Formats: sequence, C-alpha cells, structure tokens
Amino acid sequence: MILTIAHKEFRSLFAAPSTWLMLGALQLIFAWFFLARLDAFLQLQAQLAQLANAPGATQAVAVPLFGTIALIMMMLVPAFTMRLLAEERRNQTMALLMTAPVSSTHIVLGKFFGLLLFLLLIVAGCLAMTLALAAGTQPDIGLLLGNALGLLLLAASYAALGLYISSLTAQPVVAAIAALGSLFALWLVEISTVDNDHAWRMIAPTSHFQSFNIGLLHSADFVYFALFCATFLLLTIRRVHNNRIYG
Amino acid sequence: MSAATPITLSARNLCRRFGQREVIHGISLELKHGEVLGLLGHNGAGKSTTLQMLTGALLPHSGQIEICGFDLARQPGQAKSRIGFLPETPPLYRDMSVDNYLAFAAKLHRVPRPQLANAVAEAKRRCGLQDTGRKIIGTLSKGYQQRIGIAQAIIHSPEVIILDEPTVGLDPSQIRDIRALIRELGDAHSVILSTHLLSEVESLCDRVEIMHHGRLIYSDSSAHMQQYGHQPGFIVTLLNPPLLGELQAIDGVQQVEPLSSTQFRVLHAADAKPGPALLALAAQHGWQAQQLVPLQSRLEDVFVQITENQ
Repeated sequence: MILTIAHKEFRSLFAAPSTWLMLGALQLIFAWFFLARLDAFLQLQAQLAQLANAPGATQAVAVPLFGTIALIMMMLVPAFTMRLLAEERRNQTMALLMTAPVSSTHIVLGKFFGLLLFLLLIVAGCLAMTLALAAGTQPDIGLLLGNALGLLLLAASYAALGLYISSLTAQPVVAAIAALGSLFALWLVEISTVDNDHAWRMIAPTSHFQSFNIGLLHSADFVYFALFCATFLLLTIRRVHNNRIYG
Repeated sequence: MSAATPITLSARNLCRRFGQREVIHGISLELKHGEVLGLLGHNGAGKSTTLQMLTGALLPHSGQIEICGFDLARQPGQAKSRIGFLPETPPLYRDMSVDNYLAFAAKLHRVPRPQLANAVAEAKRRCGLQDTGRKIIGTLSKGYQQRIGIAQAIIHSPEVIILDEPTVGLDPSQIRDIRALIRELGDAHSVILSTHLLSEVESLCDRVEIMHHGRLIYSDSSAHMQQYGHQPGFIVTLLNPPLLGELQAIDGVQQVEPLSSTQFRVLHAADAKPGPALLALAAQHGWQAQQLVPLQSRLEDVFVQITENQ
C-alpha cells in the first residue's frame, strides 16, 4: 500500500509541467555553479600545485557545489512538500484515502517515500554532473558518494518537516511559506552560533550535513537524520489520524 | 425481503460530537443485501456526518459499526475493503487520467494486480466512461466527473455502496442515467443513498430513513411512507353533476368538497370503496362521469408532515 501511494505521488509530480520546468532550471543552476567553480579552479591550478597538501579537483569543485545545492534544497523542498497533504485537504480528495483500507501510517509513509524518490533523482543529477570531472582528472569517488548520501539525508529531513507542516493546513501556499520559514530558522540557528561545538548547532540539519560535506561519515549524523525524519513522520501520522477524530 | 437475507451493514447507537455540540444522537441502522436505503433529511440534518462515520472517514464517539460482520474499528482493513464511498464532492485528482485514477483507486482497495485491468474496464463500462480512458479528469464535465466518482466507489465490487447526494448538479438526462445505474447496483449490492430529492427516493429506494437534527425519526419502506397520514379518497369529474347532498349520501363517503363546478374531492374511510357505487349512480342518473383519480399524497407533503411532527 505504501508503494502504491508512493508510486502515485511520484507520477503525479511529473504530471505537472512546473515540475519539469523546475528540474530543468535546477540543472541549469547546478551547471552554472559547477562551471564557475571549475573555471576558478583551472585559473588557480598552477598556484595550488605549489602548495603542500593542496586540495584536488573534487575538493575544490565538487564539495563547494554540494554545499550550495544543500542551501538550494532548503528553498526547493518546501515547494514540493506543500501539496502533499494540504492540497488533498483543499480538493477534498483525502476522503478517498481515508475510506480506503489503508492506515494513516501507509498514507504518510507513501507520500514521504514518493517525494524522496523524486529528490533522489535530483541528487543523482548532481552526482552525475560532478562525476563529469572524471573526464579530466581522477575524482575522489568516495567523497562524492558521501556528499550525495549526505544531501539525500538532508533532503529527506526537509521533506519530513515539510510533510508535517503540509498536514497542518489546507492551503498549500501557507504550507510552503511555513516550511521555508522553519528551515530558514534552523539554518539561522546554525550560522548564528560561533562556537563549533555549541549545543544549539546540533539541532540544525545543515550542521550535520557539514560532516558529509568534508567526507566524514559520522554515525551520530546518521542517527540525527533518522531521528529527525522519524519524529516529524510520527507527528504527521498522528495529525492525519486526528482528522478522523476531529473531522 | 426474507429474513434469511444477510445483513451487510449494521450500526448501533452512533454518537458524534463536534466540540461541545452533539450532532448525531444515537443512530442505529441496518442494511440488508440487495437493498437500496434512502437517507433523507434537510440540509444540516447530519446525513453526511453519518455516512462519513459508516465509511470510517470519521470516528464515532460511541457506538459500533459492522460491515459484513467485520467491526470497522477493530478490523478496519477487512471492513473498509467491503465499502465503496462517493462523498459529496467526488475525490478526484484533477491532473490524472481517468484510467490511471481508477487503477489507483482499485489498487488502494486491494484489487489483485491480475484483475486490475478487468476491474477498471468493468467500472468504466457500468458508468458509461468507455471513451474517456486517457482523458485528464480536470478537463471533463461535471456529469462525467460524478460518474468517475461512482466508478471509483464500485471498482472493487464492494458489498456496501454509500453514495452521498450522487445526482447533485447534474442535468436531467445525466440524472436519469445515474439513477438507472444505481438501480442496477441495488440488485447485486446494498446501497445507501443520501439525498434531499424526494423524487429520487420514490424512484430508487426500497426503504427510507428520515433524519432530523441528528436523529432517525422515521423508518419504513418508501411505498409505506407515501401512505403516511394519508386520507383515502379520489377526485371525480362529473360533467352534469347532481346536488352535493346526493354524493354525500353514497354509502361510505365521509366528505365531499367541490373543487370546481364539475370536479369533486371525495374522501372516504380506509375500508369503504364508494367509487363503484358512485359510478353506477352516475350511469343511472346521467351525471356523465368522466374521470376518477385516486388521491395520492406526494412524498414532499409526507416528508414535511413527518419532520414537522417532531
């Protein structure tokens, strides 16, 4: 049942022309950043070569690119999560799911994984672009994969938060703005703490992405993302179930 | 209906509050196989809330619902796969094609994958949607969208079909088509139909329940409902009428009321049959009887009478 709903969500994303437009525009933006970074790297290459332990192409080009994409994700994910439940409520299509033999858990997980599959597509697009470095040099595949994994986990946590906010309202636009605001607030928490080990910093998903970004696979970060997703998915499930109680 | 007919849906003592306001007060319902039940009521009487509770979209505060013997609260999966529901607004994804939407609805209702194509084709055939398969739902007219809503409710051949005002907003020919479809569905499934159109009840339903302020206040077969508070009588047209007294004197006649110079309303006791005697006299005395129409109370009047009595 989760698969059925996920499949439907995934397909309905592609039914809207705006999705294609957004995918195209994203690739264009990523390519722009990628080429600008590459250009800068080529100009500095000679000077870098004189340094001891100089950063390679992967570190100088791909890593900052993933950092930028992580920020773009913050604005991108709410645009997709806003529809998930708010629009079902507004168009009164929720009744189909509520009266079908599926539980609230199925509905929420189906929608979450449907969107995650789509986000995976975007992450895969970035990964493929950075792998193009292989044409000129030997990229650090491990670092690239670690970054892609981090990006996917980050996007998943954003999706879980966005899904929860979408379940609170019947207006997709309100859901989008509220989700963007929350993600922005979390990001501000991270950048406003100067101290690297500050406890506040730990609550921001972006700070946990940092370790993936520098090539560190820290089990605490995996646990953080898993807990973050689980918390908001559970809250969403409760919220959807409450629909049956409060009408 | 024989006593051996299985009961497909039974609800006992359903109560529902919204905040402090209790909107449904202890409703009990039973539905037998092959029966079409009409749920009548004014706007805001609690029809839609009741139907939402019967389909599991809304939890009752107290009471119990069983679908084909499965408790809706304890075995929701089993119970819900035996219900098809068309809410007031058909739950349609406007950007999907008809085929994709119906296939999704079928999968949600656990139609096994090998039978999926058949189920979609059959539902489309029954609802007259054969030529709309690849069209996008949002581009279709209201009548077609309503039919897709019904197709979605019957796609898994559920035992119980619940339709909330299925003919609202349709043109007369579409209403006729959908009523024919509901009548056909009523043979093999049990149907609950909520409506405020009394003609719909008259033409479709075996049984009527009237809801008023969250209570069921009347329950009977729709034929019986028409007899409710009904005074037997007829309207007779006599082109050459006698004096009123002569009509009054006929055995069994309780009251004669002239409607025009040639038309008279004759009321009589339920067991008396003064009609033939009147016609015999008319022939004998040359009253030139032309028409004798039995009085029939309209369902509208009966409905108003029943709800006002409460």
